[in-house]
Amino acid sequence: MFAIKVENLRKRFGNVVAVSNVSFSVEKGEVFGFLGPNGAGKTTTIRMLTGILTPDVGKVVIEGINLRENQIRAKMKMGVVPETGNVYIDLTAKQNLYLAGRFYGLPKNILEKKSEELLSTLGLHERRNDFVRTFSKGMKQRISIACAIIHNPQILFLDEPTEGLDVQSRRLILDIITDLNKKGSTIFLTTHNIEEANRLCERVCIINKGEIVAIDRPEKLRGTFDKTQSIEVSFDRSVNSDLFTSGFISKIEMYGDKLRLYTNDPDKTVKHIVALAEKKDLRIISMTICGASLEEAFVRLTGGEK
Amino acid sequence: MKHSVFLRGVIVTAEKNIRIYYNKAPVIIFGLLFPLFMFFAFYMGRKIDVSVFFPGFLAMALFFTASSVGPLITPWEKQAGTYERLLSFPVSINTIILGDVLAGALFGLIITSIAMTVAVFFLEIAVNNLILLAITIILGSLCFASLGVLLASPSVRSPSHIMMFSSLIRFPLIFISGVFIPLTELQGGGRILSYISPLTYLVDLFNASLTGTSVFFPVLDIFALILFTCGFLFIANRFHKRNLMKGL
Ligand SMILES: Nc1ncnc2c1ncn2[C@@H]1O[C@H](COP(=O)(O)OP(=O)(O)O)[C@@H](O)[C@H]1O
Ligand SMILES: [Mg+2]
Repeated sequence: MFAIKVENLRKRFGNVVAVSNVSFSVEKGEVFGFLGPNGAGKTTTIRMLTGILTPDVGKVVIEGINLRENQIRAKMKMGVVPETGNVYIDLTAKQNLYLAGRFYGLPKNILEKKSEELLSTLGLHERRNDFVRTFSKGMKQRISIACAIIHNPQILFLDEPTEGLDVQSRRLILDIITDLNKKGSTIFLTTHNIEEANRLCERVCIINKGEIVAIDRPEKLRGTFDKTQSIEVSFDRSVNSDLFTSGFISKIEMYGDKLRLYTNDPDKTVKHIVALAEKKDLRIISMTICGASLEEAFVRLTGGEK
Repeated sequence: MKHSVFLRGVIVTAEKNIRIYYNKAPVIIFGLLFPLFMFFAFYMGRKIDVSVFFPGFLAMALFFTASSVGPLITPWEKQAGTYERLLSFPVSINTIILGDVLAGALFGLIITSIAMTVAVFFLEIAVNNLILLAITIILGSLCFASLGVLLASPSVRSPSHIMMFSSLIRFPLIFISGVFIPLTELQGGGRILSYISPLTYLVDLFNASLTGTSVFFPVLDIFALILFTCGFLFIANRFHKRNLMKGL
């Protein structure tokens, strides 16, 4: 039995078809990533999976429960961290957790224990009786996650959970997700952060303009476009990227102080770079040959380039 | 099991509302200060018998108090971005509506009960039928709390717009409901107009329970209020469902 099974989902807003023909299934205990550029339909999909939006067409089954027929029972099995799902700023951290826990019907002693535990794990124990209005964005998001996992949900849904957060909060949140998954929960996560999807997810689904363009393990997706490799190089001073233009280099991009050169022939490219550096008296600080990246696959699949 | 989840959801939602919205400015202004000022404006310094006008005043106070919480909640939650989180809990739209009604009704119930107690002790208002009075206050609170929740349903994101809109709806009602002019003195068109206002039946019920005289049979008033409450809840459900995603 699957944790999530989705058949043929479709949702339209006026003239905009936000999601169409989306089908996939997620196995129990899996970390499943939903990856796509802005406006691809990630939030709309997750809203349909969590019972917030009703799909125009299609079926969602959560832990064997048909969402449309038995919404409350299905919702009891899940925890949700919505994209805009702010916590109540007029309540304290602890009150927010209690509120969530009571919706899920946790008895008082378990609620007490669980919220203490979560607040400590999330580094907010000292602030537990402060109003959330005084919290930073990262702290609010940590509370938001705590509210979603207070009842040890079988499935945790997260909509861009680390978007715009500080490094510390980001790491804490990723740790919590991994930890929950180790304890057996299924994780469904949307993101447009490829690195994150690559690191966390066992399988990713790439969605673009409301339609699924690929579902596979990150490694395999990466392999789909194996031909192109890239070389990342940095010098002791900035250089114009045009300098390296050559027939066997397909594309050159600037990444901060680094240059990334895409090519089918890494050997030639490296020699080319070294020769040029020699000639222009450039000191090479670092140089890496990268295999085809998931990012590359993502960009190709979503047609974001050209 | 399903019923207990539903009931629990309603109670938890209501508790949340009480904690968060009872002390918000619009609730204090429209639910507490406004009825109080109305009382002073109309009865202080004038040589009129308080007991004659008190049922009408009490009905108006209950009307404003009970309907002051509802319009605020959903627009406020949408603006603060908490509405989606609320929806993701094991609740349905009905859980949320009833939780909002419960919070509004409790506010009306508490404030009106306090006002009533003060009136009995300091203004020497007599109570003719205590049980009927209790039923009136409870039913009136539920009815106008439902109206309040219905008023929250237009898809406006800003709470201040909703408060303005809901005042626009609420104020005219007090002029056609026998609050200022006793129902018995309303003639022709005014009389007919008063029949469509739920507040009319509340005024009549307060008259029945405090003075023992009423235009309609109290049973009829009770029936009318129940009917209005169900109507408000039904329409609120429709609107809230339709506007669920607007402003999210
Ligand atoms: N409530 C809504 N009303 C109208 N259009 C919407 C609504 N929600 C989303 N959309 C549209 O649906 C498309 C997908 O949006 P969304 O699911 O939010 O994308 P993502 O989360 O991947 O960025 C977008 O074109 C967006 O404008
Ligand atoms: Mg989104």
